[in-house]
Amino acid sequence: MTALLSVQNLTLHRGSRRILDDVSFDVPKGGTLALVGESGAGKSTIAVALMGLLTRAEASVEGKAILEDTGDLFTLRPRAWTRIRGRRLAMIFQDAGAALDPCYTVGGQIVSTLRRNLGLSRKAARARAVELLESVGIPDAAARLGAYPHELSGGMQQRVMIAIALSGNPALLFADEPTSALDVTIQAQIMRLILDEVRAHGSSCIFVLHDLALASQSCDEVVVLYAGQVMEAGDAKTLLSDPRHPYTALLKSCVLEIGTAELTPPEGSVPSYDAMPAGCRFATRCPNALPRCAGEKPPLVPRDGRNVACWNPVGVPKAEAA
Amino acid sequence: MFRFIAGKVFQTLFVLFLVSVASFTLLKLAPGDPIEIALGNEYSEEAHQDMLAELGLDRPVVEQYVTWLADFVRGDWGTSYTARADIFTYAFVEALPVTLTLAVFALGLAILIGVPLGVLSAVKKDTLWDAGSAAFALTGTAFPSFFLGIVLIWVFGVKFAMFPVMGFVAPWEDFWGGLYHMVLPAFTLSTYFMAMIVRLTRANLVEALESPYIAAARARGEPGWRVVWVHGVRNILMPLVTIIGLQLGVLLQGAVLTETVFSLPGAGQMITNAVLNREYGIVQAGIMMTATLFVLVNLAVDLAYPILDPRLRPSR
Amino acid sequence: MTLLDGATPAPATVPPVRRRRRLTMFVRRPFFTLALLVAAGFVVSAAFAPVFAPWDPTYQDIGAMMAPPATAGHLLGTDSYGQDILSRILFGARYALGIGLGAVAIGALGGLVLGMAAGLAGGRTEWVLMRIVDSILALPSLILAVAFIAILGQGVDKVIYAVGVALIGPFARTVRADVMQVRAQLFVEAAGLMGLAWLTVVWRHILPNVVYPLAVQVTIRISEAILVSSSLSFLGIGVTPPTPDWGLMISEGRAFVSFAPWMAGMPGAALAILLIALSIVGDGIREEFDPKMQRGGS
Repeated sequence: MTALLSVQNLTLHRGSRRILDDVSFDVPKGGTLALVGESGAGKSTIAVALMGLLTRAEASVEGKAILEDTGDLFTLRPRAWTRIRGRRLAMIFQDAGAALDPCYTVGGQIVSTLRRNLGLSRKAARARAVELLESVGIPDAAARLGAYPHELSGGMQQRVMIAIALSGNPALLFADEPTSALDVTIQAQIMRLILDEVRAHGSSCIFVLHDLALASQSCDEVVVLYAGQVMEAGDAKTLLSDPRHPYTALLKSCVLEIGTAELTPPEGSVPSYDAMPAGCRFATRCPNALPRCAGEKPPLVPRDGRNVACWNPVGVPKAEAA
Repeated sequence: MFRFIAGKVFQTLFVLFLVSVASFTLLKLAPGDPIEIALGNEYSEEAHQDMLAELGLDRPVVEQYVTWLADFVRGDWGTSYTARADIFTYAFVEALPVTLTLAVFALGLAILIGVPLGVLSAVKKDTLWDAGSAAFALTGTAFPSFFLGIVLIWVFGVKFAMFPVMGFVAPWEDFWGGLYHMVLPAFTLSTYFMAMIVRLTRANLVEALESPYIAAARARGEPGWRVVWVHGVRNILMPLVTIIGLQLGVLLQGAVLTETVFSLPGAGQMITNAVLNREYGIVQAGIMMTATLFVLVNLAVDLAYPILDPRLRPSR
Repeated sequence: MTLLDGATPAPATVPPVRRRRRLTMFVRRPFFTLALLVAAGFVVSAAFAPVFAPWDPTYQDIGAMMAPPATAGHLLGTDSYGQDILSRILFGARYALGIGLGAVAIGALGGLVLGMAAGLAGGRTEWVLMRIVDSILALPSLILAVAFIAILGQGVDKVIYAVGVALIGPFARTVRADVMQVRAQLFVEAAGLMGLAWLTVVWRHILPNVVYPLAVQVTIRISEAILVSSSLSFLGIGVTPPTPDWGLMISEGRAFVSFAPWMAGMPGAALAILLIALSIVGDGIREEFDPKMQRGGS
C-alpha cells in the first residue's frame, strides 16, 4: 500500500519545551492507524498540528507531513489550509457537545458545511444533510435538523460530528478520542460507526487513543508514543501480541482482562518537559533501562516486523539485544 | 418559562414602585414651601388654604402619593412654576427625544467601532495592535467625558472649525443636518462605551476562541473571518449585551454632561437647570423618566437572554 | 482500560505563589507602579498645596487676567478673574481627593450595612432589600447625586453626602454577593453547628471575608467618586465658586475655550491624569487581589 500521509521527523516546540521529538510514521491509503499513549504523550498535538490548527504563536513546527496530491502540509498558507480542511482532512473531536457551536442548530452547521465544501444549493444541502444524519444512525433525521446541540444526547452529538466530518468525503479523518466522553454502552457503537463510515467512504483514519487494546482491535496499525517520542510502531496485532518495547509491554500489562494474573502499574510519573532526559524519554521509568538509555536516543529501527526505538528491547535474548 | 418572565416583570414593577416612592419623597423633602413658591411671599390665609386644597396638600400623605402616581401615569406631570409650561410636554415631548437621539447615536458609534476593535485585538492577541487597543480601552474608560467634549470643541470646533459645537437639529426633520450636529456630542459620549466594549469583546472573545467549537469550525474548513465572526462573536453576544444593558445608566449620565458641554436641550440640561431653579417637579419627572427607561431596558435584556443563547430556551 | 494514574506531566516547579507575588508586583506591573507614583504625586500636592502653590488660589490678579501659560509668575496661566491656575489646580487636588475619599467612605459603609443585612437576612427581607438596592442602581450615580443635591443644596459637604449615598448601591450589591458566598461555605455552617452565637459568626467569619473584597472595591470606586463629584461641579450644581474645584474650573473655562483654552485644559488634564492613574491602580489591585479575577478575566 502507498502512503496517503507520510509524517517525517515531526518536532514541535512550545517555547523551550520539545513537545514532539522527531516523530515519523506513514498512514496507508484506506488504512487505519492509532496513535496510542498516556495523556500528555503528544498524540492529540500531532492530530492538531496535522490539521493546521496550531496557532503560530504557541508552537513552532519542524519536519514534514507529505499528503498525497497536496505536498508538505507544513508549508501551506492559511488560505490553502482552509481549502483542504473539511474536504481532504476532517476531524472528530473528543467532546462533541463542546465541539458543536451551541448557538446554531445541528442542521445549520451541517448545511453550511455542505454548501461551502461541496458547493451545494441550500435545498440540495438540506437533502444531503438528512441522508448523512440517517447514515450515521440518527432516527427522524429531518426533524433533528432543527435541534440545537444541547438538545441531543452525547452519543447523538458525536454522530452529528461524524456526519459533519464525513460530509466532504475527506481522504483522511482524524478521530481524537472519539468515544472517551461517551457512556460505555455507546462507545462500541460509535467506534463501529466510525470504522464502517471510513471504509464506506474509502478514507484513511488516524485515531488518537489511550487504550492499546481498543487500538489494536480497531486499527490496522499502531504508533506507541511516550512524552512526544515514538517508542514502537507497526502492525496492530503484532504489537499487542508480541511487544518489543518495554513501554508497549507495560501498556499491554495494564490492560485489565478477565483472567489476567498480574497488573503492573508503571512506577513514577512522566518527567516534566523542562527536565526530559536527552536520550529515551522513557528511561526514567523503564524496567529494562541501561546506563546509556537516558543519554543516547535509540533510533527507530525495523525489528521483527515492526519499528522499535529501544537499546534493550523485551522478548529478545540479551546477547542479541546488545 | 412563563414563571421566569412573570418573575422578572414583577421584580421590575416593584423596583419602579420603589423609585416612584423615592421620587415622591424627594418632592416632599425638597426645601422651600411649594405654596410660597407658587404664590410668592405675600398671600392671604384664604389663598393659602385654597392653594393647599388645590395642590391636595391637606390630604393624608398616602392619598397624595396615590393621586400623584395616578396623575403621573396619565401624563399629568404638573406645571413648571417658573416657565408656567406643562412639565410633561417639556420633559417627555421636547427634552427626552434629544437625549435619546444622542444616546442612540453614541451607542451605535460605540458598537460599530468598539466591537471590530475588540475583535481585532482578540485575534491579534499580544501584538502591538492589542497593546494599543488596551491603552485606548484604559484611557477611554477613565477619561472624563465632559473634558473630552471640551477638547473636541477646541480641536474640531475652534482650531479646524469642521463641526458645529452646539445646538440640536432633529434627525427626523433633517437627517444629515442632525447627523452633522451630532458628530461631536455622539463621539464624546460614546468614548467611554467604545472603550468598555473593546475591553469586553477582547476578554470574552479570547476565551471563546479557545473553545472546541472554534477548533471544530476551523477543522471543517470554515474561513478565518467566519470562524471569528459567525462562531466567536455570536457566542459572546450574551455577556456583551448584559454589560451594555447594565451600563446604560452610565450612558444616560454621560448624556447629561454631554448635553451641557454642547448646549443640547435634552433631559440632562432640563434636570440641571431645574435643580438650579429649584423646580422640584421637573427634577422628579426627570428622575422618573431616567429610572423607568433604565429599568425597562434591563428587563428587555433579561428577556432577550433566551434569544441570545439557545440553551436558555424552554426545551421542546 | 489503560488509564495510567499520574501520567500527566507535572509542572516543572510549583512556585511559592504568595511570596513571589508580594515581592514582584511592582516589577511585574511597571504601569501600575508608574500610575501609583502619579497618584501619590497628587496626594503629595494636595497635602502640601499651601507650600507649593505660588499664589492664594482665590487671589484675583487684576493686572493679569486670562494670562496664557508661562507668563511670568503664572506658570500655567490665569483664568478670567486673574486667579493663578497652577495654585488652583494644586488646591483643587485637595478637594478632588477629599471629596472622593469622603464619598467612598460613606458609600462603602452604607453598602456594607445594607449588603450585610440583605445577605444575612435571606427570604423576603432580602428580596425587598435587594429591590431597594436595585432601585438605587436604577439611577446612574450622577443622576442620583443630582437628586440629592436638589434636596441638600450646594457645597463641598453636600457633594460628599450626595455622591456617597449614590455609591451605596454598587457597594451593597458586591457586599451581598460576598456574604452569600461566604455563607455558602462550609466553615460558617460548621461554626453555627458548634453553637457559636450568631453575632460571633458574623463578626469572626463573615465580616473579615467581606471587608477584604470591599477594600479592593473602595480603591476602584475612588475614581468614580472623583469623576461624579467633579461632574456635579461642572454642571454648576456642586461646589460653589470661587472654590478651586477642577470641575468648576473646567466649567468656567468652557465659555472661554476659543480664546483661553488653557483655562479648561489645565484642570482637565489634571483630572484626566489623576483618573487614568487611579484606574490603572484600581485595575492592578483588582487583578492582583480579587479572587474572582484570578483566573482569566480582562
